[in-house]
Amino acid sequence: MAHQIRVEVNGEVQEREVEARKLLVHFLRDDLGLTGTNVGCETTLCGACTVWIDGQPVKSCTQLAVQADGTRVTTIEGLADGSKLHPMQEAFWEEHGLQCGFCTPGMILAATALLDTNPNPTEGEIREALKGNICRCTGYHNIVKAVQKAAQGGASNG
Amino acid sequence: MFPASFEYHRAGSTQEALDLLARHPEAKFLAGGHSLLPMMKLRLAQPPAVIDIGRIAELSGIALEGGTIRIGATTRHGELAASQTLREHCPILAEAAGHIGDPQVRNRGTLGGNIAHADPASDLPAVLVALDATVDVLGPNGERQVRAADFFVGLLSTALGEDEIITAVHVPFFASGVGTAYLKAEHPASGYAVCGAAAVVTMSGGVCADTSLAFNGISDIPVSASAVAAALVGTSLDDAAIDAAISSHLSVPDPLGDVYASGEYRVQLAKVYGARALKAARDRA
Ligand SMILES: Cc1cc2nc3c(=O)[nH]c(=O)nc-3n(C[C@H](O)[C@H](O)[C@H](O)COP(=O)(O)OP(=O)(O)OC[C@H]3O[C@@H](n4cnc5c(N)ncnc54)[C@H](O)[C@@H]3O)c2cc1C
Ligand code: FES
Ligand code: FES
Repeated sequence: MAHQIRVEVNGEVQEREVEARKLLVHFLRDDLGLTGTNVGCETTLCGACTVWIDGQPVKSCTQLAVQADGTRVTTIEGLADGSKLHPMQEAFWEEHGLQCGFCTPGMILAATALLDTNPNPTEGEIREALKGNICRCTGYHNIVKAVQKAAQGGASNG
Repeated sequence: MFPASFEYHRAGSTQEALDLLARHPEAKFLAGGHSLLPMMKLRLAQPPAVIDIGRIAELSGIALEGGTIRIGATTRHGELAASQTLREHCPILAEAAGHIGDPQVRNRGTLGGNIAHADPASDLPAVLVALDATVDVLGPNGERQVRAADFFVGLLSTALGEDEIITAVHVPFFASGVGTAYLKAEHPASGYAVCGAAAVVTMSGGVCADTSLAFNGISDIPVSASAVAAALVGTSLDDAAIDAAISSHLSVPDPLGDVYASGEYRVQLAKVYGARALKAARDRA
């Protein structure tokens, strides 16, 4: 059975029909073409699929699209202001917080959400906040440095 | 990887959730979905219908009620961890909830879902047992209250009837003199508890007036170490008394074991984490 849902994605209202079993990540990628959100493990462990629902990071491989009806979803595509990168994106760029880039959208959304609630996190708090995001390339050091840099620059959600 | 097809219903109120369940007896409630959806994706669960209770306002929130703290069933782990009321008056629940999974998981998973799922490696069951919490359950025949110690009856099974819903959990409101601690040896891959120790200590004039200790992860259901607690009441609860009580009185019938941690190893973890949790709770009392 199809369900009509209405979701505000990156500031734009989207009204679509979805099957109940459609996962939010597939709604974003396949129906809306927002392929910045990656699918890694599909088992709620890697965090590559992290998006914000009403400003809070969640793993979109473990959410139904119907559950997002009536919410505000933000994906990595929604972070930059036109061609101007978000300060967290800028910091990842400058500190080499990525190599292959697969984990990066999820990392950036998880990290930015941290600074919203804790603008001056310690290194330990940064690592703790990124516990649900796995990176197979960087060894995490530069990711932590990037978040520290963004924190110094006052980066947060808005 | 996605679930088999199912019907989706969203309940606007607790009563509507129960009505939907009466009409679809095979349906499963969906709260945070962080235990149910992974099982549905792996096709370990294939309910024909799902009743979404995640939006029912009356099922969520933390409030003082008649000397206890009432926590709605769909209150999320992240809200428990951040709650000022809990941090001041029942800190062990906030502490344990803060150790669940990762921030994304805590933004979705709920207290009611955690205890209804009753995974032996979950963090909240033993905490509720150590707190002597009660679970409010509502069904077609009205409401009943179940003590946490009676709620968990076996591996992934609880005292909840098939036609019932968990509406809330009541935990004590502690004033001064009570210390609590939750310590967890976590599985390095999944983050779940290999062993979790929950300790509650009441000190009065330098003497232990009351205490309780319970464990996650070491058996099918939370293990309450009541003999350890009984041996400690009336002592000064110094390190030697705690170590002695643990070594002579902690017994774990049928410890869980798997490729990662044998039963024997889990019992050893329980001894070490149990003693540490009691000492930490004493120091905070
Ligand atoms: C990657 C990952 C890591 C995790 N790590 C941990 C961890 O370290 N420690 C830990 O404790 N947990 C952990 N969890 C589990 C997490 O806490 C779950 O959220 C929780 O176990 C289930 O809560 P939920 O709200 O998501 O329930 P759901 O998945 O929505 O439901 C689970 C079950 O409970 C039933 N149910 C839900 N609410 C009610 C209700 N009010 N009344 C009656 N039945 C109900 C459902 O029908 C279903 O059968 C982890 C989960 C994931 C995905
Ligand atoms: S794809 Fe969702 S957590 Fe890995
Ligand atoms: S940059 Fe490759 S997984 Fe993180």
